[in-house]
Amino acid sequence: MASAISSDNPIYRRRRVVNAVLLFVSSLTLAFGLFWLAWILITLFYEGFNALRPSLFTLNTPPPGSDGGLLNAIVGSLMMAAMATLIGTPIGMLAGTYLAEFGRRGWLAPATRFINDILLSAPSIVIGLFIYSIYVAQVKHFTGWAGALALSLIVIPVVVRTTDDMLKLVPDSLREAAVALGAPAWKMIVFISYRAAKAGIITGVLLAVARISGETAPLLFTALNNQFFSLDMNAPMANLPVVIFQFAMSPYPDWQRLAWGGAILITLAVLALNIAARVLFRREPQQ
Amino acid sequence: MSEVQIENPKLTVTNLNFYYGKFQAIKNVSMQIAEKKVTAFIGPSGCGKSTLLRVFNRLYELYPGQRAEGEIRLDGANILAKEQDITLLRAKVGMVFQKPTPFPMSIYDNIAFGVKLYESMSRGQMDERVEWALSKAALWKEVKDKLNQSGASLSGGQQQRLCIARGIAIKPEVLLLDEPCSALDPISTSRIEELIDELKTDYTVVIVTHNMQQAARVSDFTAYMYLGDLIEFGATDTIFIKPKRKETEDYITGRFG
Amino acid sequence: MDACFKNLTRFFAFFVFSILAAILISLVYHSQLTLSKFGFEFLFVDEWDPVKEEFGALVPIYGTLVSSAIAMIIGIPVSFGIALFLTELSPNWLKRPLGTAIEMLAAIPSIIYGMWGLFVFAPLFAQYVQPALIKTFGALPIFGPLFKGPSMGIGMLTAGIILAVMVIPFITAVMRDVFELVPPMFKESAYGLGATTWEVVWHVVLPYTKIGVVGGIMLGLGRALGETMAVTFVIGNSHRLSASLMAPGNSIASSLANEFTEAVGELHSSALIELGLILFLITTIVLALSKLLLMRLALNEGKQT
Repeated sequence: MASAISSDNPIYRRRRVVNAVLLFVSSLTLAFGLFWLAWILITLFYEGFNALRPSLFTLNTPPPGSDGGLLNAIVGSLMMAAMATLIGTPIGMLAGTYLAEFGRRGWLAPATRFINDILLSAPSIVIGLFIYSIYVAQVKHFTGWAGALALSLIVIPVVVRTTDDMLKLVPDSLREAAVALGAPAWKMIVFISYRAAKAGIITGVLLAVARISGETAPLLFTALNNQFFSLDMNAPMANLPVVIFQFAMSPYPDWQRLAWGGAILITLAVLALNIAARVLFRREPQQ
Repeated sequence: MSEVQIENPKLTVTNLNFYYGKFQAIKNVSMQIAEKKVTAFIGPSGCGKSTLLRVFNRLYELYPGQRAEGEIRLDGANILAKEQDITLLRAKVGMVFQKPTPFPMSIYDNIAFGVKLYESMSRGQMDERVEWALSKAALWKEVKDKLNQSGASLSGGQQQRLCIARGIAIKPEVLLLDEPCSALDPISTSRIEELIDELKTDYTVVIVTHNMQQAARVSDFTAYMYLGDLIEFGATDTIFIKPKRKETEDYITGRFG
Repeated sequence: MDACFKNLTRFFAFFVFSILAAILISLVYHSQLTLSKFGFEFLFVDEWDPVKEEFGALVPIYGTLVSSAIAMIIGIPVSFGIALFLTELSPNWLKRPLGTAIEMLAAIPSIIYGMWGLFVFAPLFAQYVQPALIKTFGALPIFGPLFKGPSMGIGMLTAGIILAVMVIPFITAVMRDVFELVPPMFKESAYGLGATTWEVVWHVVLPYTKIGVVGGIMLGLGRALGETMAVTFVIGNSHRLSASLMAPGNSIASSLANEFTEAVGELHSSALIELGLILFLITTIVLALSKLLLMRLALNEGKQT
């Protein structure tokens, strides 16, 4: 019987064509993805470049028709991001520590991990709504603290997840060595486990900050916005994302230009933080 | 070093060198594989026997950085040549691996998968081919009533026989077995060894094994390799009873492992 | 001191655990006005009139679901193609930079996507692509009505496309990760039978990883459903229900973003919060399912090795 395994076999020839076509299509999808990335970044830098001038950093947000900058928004964003990180990181780290170090038995750890992962991808606008309902609606005015709280609810799941993952990577042999020396559990965790996982945890915090730098929705109903420069966290606080939203959707070219400026600032911050996280993680590989 | 001349070799290896990046795993090996006989490659871990086996179906090409130099002729044609169609080669030279690897599909589809790649058959014809392959692999009676069940539902020994059935269903010319029994219990192992004895009536079989007794039991020719060199190659009886090289004798008698 | 520390960590773990329930309860509490007034009908009424105090969630829900569906229809095949490329076709030196590029796409804040969508994509879409779509598909029997209408650039389809670009990095990352989990021996077995690369991926890799792939897709879906800024800029903010994909619409998130701070009266606020509740429930269920599937995958992996 002549073997079907030959290059003349029509079935085989068709399969080869199908393979070549589909693999080509796969390359096309890659090009497709890269195309959008390039287009967005190029647009961003092109439009934002015009807005990048010193006045961006020295003047406050202007009324329509006059020139200005984004100083109050930048300061406001920085303050709220800092507060959110200060609030969210300890909470996240401690919760993550429980999951990794004490959570081998019982129901709380698996349940919390499950819920944490859901929170990680939960719609941020609902987070904003939540803070509005329990805080802003009660005090009857928008505040920077509310904005910071909303952002911290986004920081927490990221830090919990990273702390949990990084601490889980620390080999048990390290822990056992510490305990065998007579170290109490808390010292073992703080001085041994944390130190071993330090790079990873810091990476997690950096990624959390990167994430909240770009978040608009949670701030829409919490910090709202402020035309003027203000350091008062108890009042509405200017911030980059909401300013961009407001200015971009407006019909004024000046405002739109400032919106692009803000957009490029946020993107640069996010990319810088991501790169920093990556470099940090690579430089100190796990032991 | 080949000390035996084989008439009508199915595969002829000439000056084969193999590299993993900069590391040379096979050093200038030449040998001949006899048609419709069982040839075994033995040697300690890292000697290059599995590497050598995988050159026969150019599986190494899946991994950049691995390359082979030299010539291997299958029925006269050099399979290491650039013009050789690799996909066709792999259909002609079948392979069974160390661990059973049933595909995530039914037993029937596992067998039919390979056949459908090259032949278009009616349902009835395919049923026949599946039965034939499973019978040849001594598995038919055990699975004939559960052909639609997943391949993973079988025991380890059965899964490996399924993989053998899958390999022969496409009617290859050569069958490469890479330590096929290493993950199996002794009973399954002996069933597969019986199977190998029957398979050689239709196929040329090359088997890699770290179990010397197995090589002595099933093979007609044996090649002993050490650190990438082919130390000795000859009829199995010769190698095991009166090896020509001292290194071979040391390995066979267990002076080192 | 030890017990102190342990209890401290346990307290905060519990705190995190309760956040989900707290959000749910708060949303339910603050939407009681409309919950009691409209009941289940809220989901099916397409009227949204703050002045007349008639509210129905149909248009925003429709918008959320349709824009996400478009995002999935475009995003899943593209993600699969990219994951296939990354695992089987890409030379080794290219894998890391490409992976980084994908992660960059995921890191870009959604407001950037929104702005770019509004200022760059929508005008070009309206000028070049939409007229062509309307001409070719507008006349078809069943799908025709989907493609009727003036080409404004913004609208449901635009929102869906922007969402697709946003979710592609997430789905691609999960697919690539699970594809790489397939033991090489399985792939080698298929190649060893003389199968082509495509056949190995389609018949062996994909079925082997199917649970993880579905989990990843649901993760992408969860993100698409909750996305606010990218959609708000381009969906058109209209409370009229329209069959055409070219028409403007609304999603739950964009309704909230546009209207909440200017809500007219308590009923309006309550209606908006109820929308938020619906969105929260939908995404929580989708994300929970995704998590369950991915956990099943991890269990199976453990069994196989």
